Amino acid sequence: MEPSASPRALPGHVRPFAMSRAERIGWIVFAVLAAWAASRIDPSWARFVTGLANAERFFDRMLPPIFTPERELVRGLAESLQIAVLATALGLALSLPLGLLAARNLMPGWVSWSARFVITVCRTFHPVIVAIVFVKAVGFGALAGIFALTVASIGFVGKLFAEAIEEISMKPIEAVRATGASFANVLLFAVVPQVLYRFIGFIAYLADSNLRNSAIVGLVGAGGIGGTLFAAFQRFDYDYVLGILLCIIGLIMVGEALQLAVKKVFRQ
Amino acid sequence: MSDAAVPAAAGAAGAAREWRRFTPAERLARFATYFLCVAAIVASLRTVDVIPEFLADAPAQVQDLFVRMWPVDWAFYVTPRNTGAQTVHAALLDTLAIALLGTVFGLVLAVPFGFLAARNIVRLSWVNWLARLVLVATRSTSTLLWALFFVAVFGPGALAGTCAIAFRSIGFVGKLLSEAIEESHRGTIEALTAAGASWTSRVLYGYWPQVKPAFVAIAMFRWDINVRESSVLGLVGAGGIGMAMNAAIDTFEWQRVALILLVIFAVVVASELLVTWLRKRLL
Repeated sequence: MEPSASPRALPGHVRPFAMSRAERIGWIVFAVLAAWAASRIDPSWARFVTGLANAERFFDRMLPPIFTPERELVRGLAESLQIAVLATALGLALSLPLGLLAARNLMPGWVSWSARFVITVCRTFHPVIVAIVFVKAVGFGALAGIFALTVASIGFVGKLFAEAIEEISMKPIEAVRATGASFANVLLFAVVPQVLYRFIGFIAYLADSNLRNSAIVGLVGAGGIGGTLFAAFQRFDYDYVLGILLCIIGLIMVGEALQLAVKKVFRQ
Repeated sequence: MSDAAVPAAAGAAGAAREWRRFTPAERLARFATYFLCVAAIVASLRTVDVIPEFLADAPAQVQDLFVRMWPVDWAFYVTPRNTGAQTVHAALLDTLAIALLGTVFGLVLAVPFGFLAARNIVRLSWVNWLARLVLVATRSTSTLLWALFFVAVFGPGALAGTCAIAFRSIGFVGKLLSEAIEESHRGTIEALTAAGASWTSRVLYGYWPQVKPAFVAIAMFRWDINVRESSVLGLVGAGGIGMAMNAAIDTFEWQRVALILLVIFAVVVASELLVTWLRKRLL
């Protein structure tokens, strides 16, 4: 930010927080884009007011929350948990090697670029879109959700793994290599000790993210509580919807607490 | 590293003492964690409701899907399904508008909560706690669930999607912003306080210049995520390209679905490249 004198200021007075030219152009571009977006979507005051009336009715029907039929609710939550656990395990099994292959400091260029491409493709599509494709491939149910979240896991944590491996110090690697160790031994004794604790943090984060996503893949028929929720929504059972939502939020908070506990165990 | 105890030779004459890296309680906690992880996986595997025939059939089905997707229906990008319907191009522009406007609204709503949640700005712990609760609640509900809610409120369309994106962004941006504020240096603030600056001046000239780079980075990061999320909002009727995709899937027009998937891929990759480039230029 270079200070520029304002025309009306006293001579010698410098405005301390003046914007640079690039910053000003950036803001103008941003304002034009925002105005274009607003004109496309048209968030008018009238719509807001009608919306408020709808929201009031919506909340009226939502309260108090009910938790029946319980059987569906419990089954949906359990299936969401299963999807999250299995997708995390499967995703880890695939993204650990992929993350290693994508690390540019350990792998030749073409290997890391192709691994990076796979990770990017997995990251690009929202889990729900991937879930749609898998529902077509393996039918409705938990399996589609597991596969969809596995793909999402690879995209999410594969990149973090690769970046963590790229940040390690090369000195232990040289030292281990100097002893004539095989590549597997280099990995085991020079790479893994440097990244293990960060990886545990990422894994906890991944499990948390999968738990959140496992609650929504059901919207497209890929199993879990999302299907129950969507069905209740379409039946206008808004009080049951609120009950399900509260259960999801509770589950996510338990997941977050578990994540913190795991990090504490591993002293992060 | 492994949890194995590392025995080390004690002094030559001294009694052999065993050195362990972790206390027994720590080892127990670690073992319990590993055990619970394995138990969760085994329990899930045993109880999950998977139909084996579907699993065996999957490769053939995936192949069938790709065959149906080819050749990609490129013309669909500019030709509407029927007269009066939206083209994919228009739906894409809607998606981008939703992502941008949703991010802007989200930022505007998140800034006050971010400041209220920062313990060094507002010294009332109950206010901090309340603001944090709002941030956690908006973060725990995923964008699609917010979209369901706003579709019920505003009716189907891009406005519902924008609000969904905005509300989901509040928790994310607010949390990161309050952390950035709490990490800002005391020096400038103390200088301003010593000069007799008011609370507003301290925030505007002491805190804001310090958190601005972090704020810009958070905003770009969230916009990138929002582009991705706004592509699926249409599945619940909240506008954008997801609606076009939903329609194409419901009628099994896989060549058109392929086009839409490619368009989403291109836009998401482009936005990621843009954010990377901007971050390099700005920060």
